[in-house]
Amino acid sequence: MPLITYREALNQALAEELERDPNVLLLGEEIGQFNGAYKVTEGLLARFGPKRVIDAPISEAGFVGLGVGASMLGLRPVIELMFWSFYSVAFDQILNNAANIRYMSGGLINIPIVIRGPANGGTNVGATHSLTPENVCANHPGVKVVCPATAYDAKGLLKSAIRDNDPVMFLENTILYNDRSEVPAEEFLVPLGQADVKRAGTDLTIVAHGRAVMNSLKAAQLLDAEHDVSAEVVDLRSIRPLDEETVLASVRKTNRVLLVEENKPFCGVGAQLAYLIQEKAFDELDAPIKRVSAIDAPAIYSPPLEKEQLPNPQRIMTAALEML
Amino acid sequence: MTPKPSAIAEGKDPAPAAAASPASRAPINARLTKAERVDLYRTMMRIRRFEERALRAYQQGRIGGFLHLYIGQEAVAVGSCSVMQKDDHVITAYRDHGHAIAVGMSLNELMAELYGKATGCSKGKGGSMHFFDPSRKFWGGHGIVGGQVPLGTGIAFALKYRDIKGACLTFLGDGAVNQGAVHEAYNLAALWRLPVVFFIENNGYSMGTSQRRSSAGAGLAKRAEGYGMAWEVCNGHDLYEVREKTDRMLQLARDQQQPGLLEIMTYRYRGHSVADPDSTYRTKEEIENYRRTKDPLTLIHETLAAEGVLTPELAKEIDAAARAEADRAAQFAEESPFPQVGDICQDVYWEEDNPEHKRSQGRIFFD
Repeated sequence: MPLITYREALNQALAEELERDPNVLLLGEEIGQFNGAYKVTEGLLARFGPKRVIDAPISEAGFVGLGVGASMLGLRPVIELMFWSFYSVAFDQILNNAANIRYMSGGLINIPIVIRGPANGGTNVGATHSLTPENVCANHPGVKVVCPATAYDAKGLLKSAIRDNDPVMFLENTILYNDRSEVPAEEFLVPLGQADVKRAGTDLTIVAHGRAVMNSLKAAQLLDAEHDVSAEVVDLRSIRPLDEETVLASVRKTNRVLLVEENKPFCGVGAQLAYLIQEKAFDELDAPIKRVSAIDAPAIYSPPLEKEQLPNPQRIMTAALEML
Repeated sequence: MTPKPSAIAEGKDPAPAAAASPASRAPINARLTKAERVDLYRTMMRIRRFEERALRAYQQGRIGGFLHLYIGQEAVAVGSCSVMQKDDHVITAYRDHGHAIAVGMSLNELMAELYGKATGCSKGKGGSMHFFDPSRKFWGGHGIVGGQVPLGTGIAFALKYRDIKGACLTFLGDGAVNQGAVHEAYNLAALWRLPVVFFIENNGYSMGTSQRRSSAGAGLAKRAEGYGMAWEVCNGHDLYEVREKTDRMLQLARDQQQPGLLEIMTYRYRGHSVADPDSTYRTKEEIENYRRTKDPLTLIHETLAAEGVLTPELAKEIDAAARAEADRAAQFAEESPFPQVGDICQDVYWEEDNPEHKRSQGRIFFD
């Protein structure tokens, strides 16, 4: 099976969906001639031409809103935010318009857009370029929110997102773009709303999404090697819809839950998970639910401190050991 | 303050006919049949009476939230929508009752929507600011000032993408012209040569702040020059002029992919919304003066009477019919059921509303 990078996986997904459906088009800053700020869209302009791969001027509210409007007539724009931090510039178009137009029209309209781009810290780019707003987006009924951690998941989920008739927020991670995993050459889809147990274990459950999954897997390796602790790692993959069943099944198995997330603690994804788990699996818990989030401040610049601010394997391991 | 009916609407002899607007001779107007002219008048009257009936219902507590009435601006929606061709689309902001009626939505479903009933055009889920009818190419009904302008630009983009020779009429108020998103949309329209015409309904006030106190520069439509777009100014009280200038701008957009700005000078008799204490920003004299000299219904009535198209009897008939229709709509709304609690989470996601096509899994709603 081919071993490809997360970036290549996204590129393939975009190319395949552009090929498959003439309504699909790409819209964003530097995605065409520049081949993408992070090269996710490399080669697509050359292959599909300027009608399908469109370089937008820096005007997120304008071009995101344009994409939403175009989708009302049935086009399927895949809109790139160079950084998900820039969602705030287009907040009204994304989380007022895209999220609500179907509802306010009583179901007459649907908005089949995808908004994709990297949402991550850890690259020393400072607070305004390091947002991870999956929790903010997920708070809005009307949108779907997806955070793939591996190349395989990225490809399968992006294809599903593009085919989804609702607005899908697709949050990637620049640090993951070079990670490789085995990705089938034949077409495959990963459905939204399906989590994935990335590592089976018995002593505790770690639930994470995005890059936190990879850090949790590293922590799980260390826990096993150094402390003889068997940690199960559940990759949510999809925040909304949420695979509650897989999470609860794991909790019933291990009786201890550690939630790991790169987003900030207050009203983070973990806050919602903690509520769900205590509501539905209270009697299964042998310890309070614990959480490792980003340390609760704007993203710090200083490189070694930023490493500490994010949920790195050491912090995850320390928290896990405190639970056992 | 209830608008006083014009002398004409009360069946009295009309004042001396106004000089025929030069726009009446433009081909788009000259070729109108008598029946078509009467129909334009009828639609304007239906808007007027619907708005008045909605106001009464609001004052009786039947309608909640905001009510942004279109009274005084009828010629703008009717004039512009009446020259739309089969592949043109329209979108506007929250003062959308006039446009909804102008494109042909039924008064019943509109009033029921205002009352929050399940029989409303948005099943009671949108309210006054969110009337939609995709089958009539009417894309709302939007609450955030200027938020609809990129949407309309996107509709134009889709038409061009699909090689459809149509334009998108994108309405905004004089209060919206300073929103960043509006400028972004102007730029995209001009840069990509999108078939969009931006209609600025300049009624002189964004809520309570006059246009003079809000907008820098020489004129609202003139800003188009900064983006290399065509622009014009239009008298919104003159139905024929609205038709003529709209038609010209739409042709430019459709045939030459030249976006444009059409600033239409108009006026609203009621406040920004019904709850607006408009004594803080304008005088009763100003409102009365407009009503006396530029009421679009009065003016088109005089014009059609001078053309021999509208007799006092026919005018009375149209007025009575419009009032009756508005009353029936209120009755329909009154008798209609509210949505159920179980309806609250429907019409949120296409997949949930179309389960036979659903591919995603997991839990989508939470409690």
